[in-house]
Amino acid sequence: MKTITTDFEYLPATTVEEALDMLSQHKDDDYKIIAGGQSLCTAMKHRLIAPEYLIDIKGLTDLDYIKFDEKEGLKIGALATHRSLEKSQIVREKYSVLCEMEENVASVETRNWGTVVGDLCNADPAVDPAPPLIVLDAKLKIQSKGEERTVAAEEFALDFFETTVQEGEMVTEIQIPVIPPNTGVYFTKYSQMLGDYALGSVAVLITLDKKKEVCANARIGLAGVDSAPVRAKKAEEVLKGKKITEALLAEAAEVVKTEINPVSGIEGSEDYKRELAGTLLKRVGKVALERAQKA
Amino acid sequence: MKRELNITVNGESYNFFVEPKTLLVHVLREMLGFTGTHQACDSSSCAACTVIVDGKAVKSCSILALQVNGKEVTTVEGLADGANLHPIQQAFIDNWAFQCGFCTSGQIMAAKAFLDENPNPTREEIQMQMDGHICRCTGHNMINEAIRDAAKRLQSREAAKKLPAQKNLQSHKWAQTAKSGKGA
Repeated sequence: MKTITTDFEYLPATTVEEALDMLSQHKDDDYKIIAGGQSLCTAMKHRLIAPEYLIDIKGLTDLDYIKFDEKEGLKIGALATHRSLEKSQIVREKYSVLCEMEENVASVETRNWGTVVGDLCNADPAVDPAPPLIVLDAKLKIQSKGEERTVAAEEFALDFFETTVQEGEMVTEIQIPVIPPNTGVYFTKYSQMLGDYALGSVAVLITLDKKKEVCANARIGLAGVDSAPVRAKKAEEVLKGKKITEALLAEAAEVVKTEINPVSGIEGSEDYKRELAGTLLKRVGKVALERAQKA
Repeated sequence: MKRELNITVNGESYNFFVEPKTLLVHVLREMLGFTGTHQACDSSSCAACTVIVDGKAVKSCSILALQVNGKEVTTVEGLADGANLHPIQQAFIDNWAFQCGFCTSGQIMAAKAFLDENPNPTREEIQMQMDGHICRCTGHNMINEAIRDAAKRLQSREAAKKLPAQKNLQSHKWAQTAKSGKGA
């Protein structure tokens, strides 16, 4: 029977200010922030980590929100669960790709308790929300006592289970701009079982010009195929300013293979993951294009 | 240092002190004796430990008990009404939806939360809902059938509750048809 064996000091916060105070006070200590804890509890049970302090932010109900504004776009508070994003009517209407992504994140039970921001902060290289957030040009608001900064989604994760969040800081919000007109977005992950972490996942955003002929803008985000989620800028350049065809997507797929650094594992070799990224890009790009044409 | 925990389980409130590292499943099984909630994989992969917290199905093996402070928990023991099984439990029996039964309490709790939210689901919706639940003996088809059957049972139970009093039966369509003589 696995359980958490080492004791820790439990510090529940009820307001953002209180949480930031706790973080600043324990800046130099061995602490972890827990929100839903769907990855953290498992890591603690497997004895991969044993923090001395656990700052519990699950009670910060003022950060449990999903708000949309026609000018500012979508704002997802740090305590919004995966399930609330999946079930949000406004998100389904304006950012359907996020709901589609959520439907395959772990299981319903995990989505009911785990938070989107917590998932990003855990920084598994195959984290599901990262590729769609990268292509949607999302930013993460990071706060510490008396300070605040924002980081682009593509620059948030640095390496395996490592993010730009420093001691004393916490992510409080995801900010996603309004999707421009003539734009299509799509995301797919490939995993051995529904709800597993991705072996590879790709999100593509395509914005067409006014006549809907030429690609005005393209963004490509991937996860599971590098030490952190990545944006494939070179592959994006292949698509920009051209009429997107299957041949052009195949060309971009060849480029994407050179832009990623997958790690071989029992679930797939490095070469396999490069091929997977290319194949997914072709499939996902096709759907994104169709959506842009209909948008 | 132990901390105070206030929870309501199956309608009864409990108040005691726990170590912060205690997981919800241990509180339920070892401290309160609700052993119907099972532990299997213990790593958030199988969903056998599923219970309902404030109306939502969650994995009790992956939640700190203190995070459930002040909330309402329902376990499989909270479903039956005395000797009468809950329609979902009965549907699992009648549809042969388990053999060893180890995963069953988790399956039933997930089905309960799901049918509360979506009383008339399709086969595909049930598949999506239950995809995190692992059964290694029965096969998932019978479980899916049991949940669809349970949905029907719950709906007819609801309909029975709403049946009009005797005097209003006249207004029913069949009664009108019978009166007008236009029946088959």
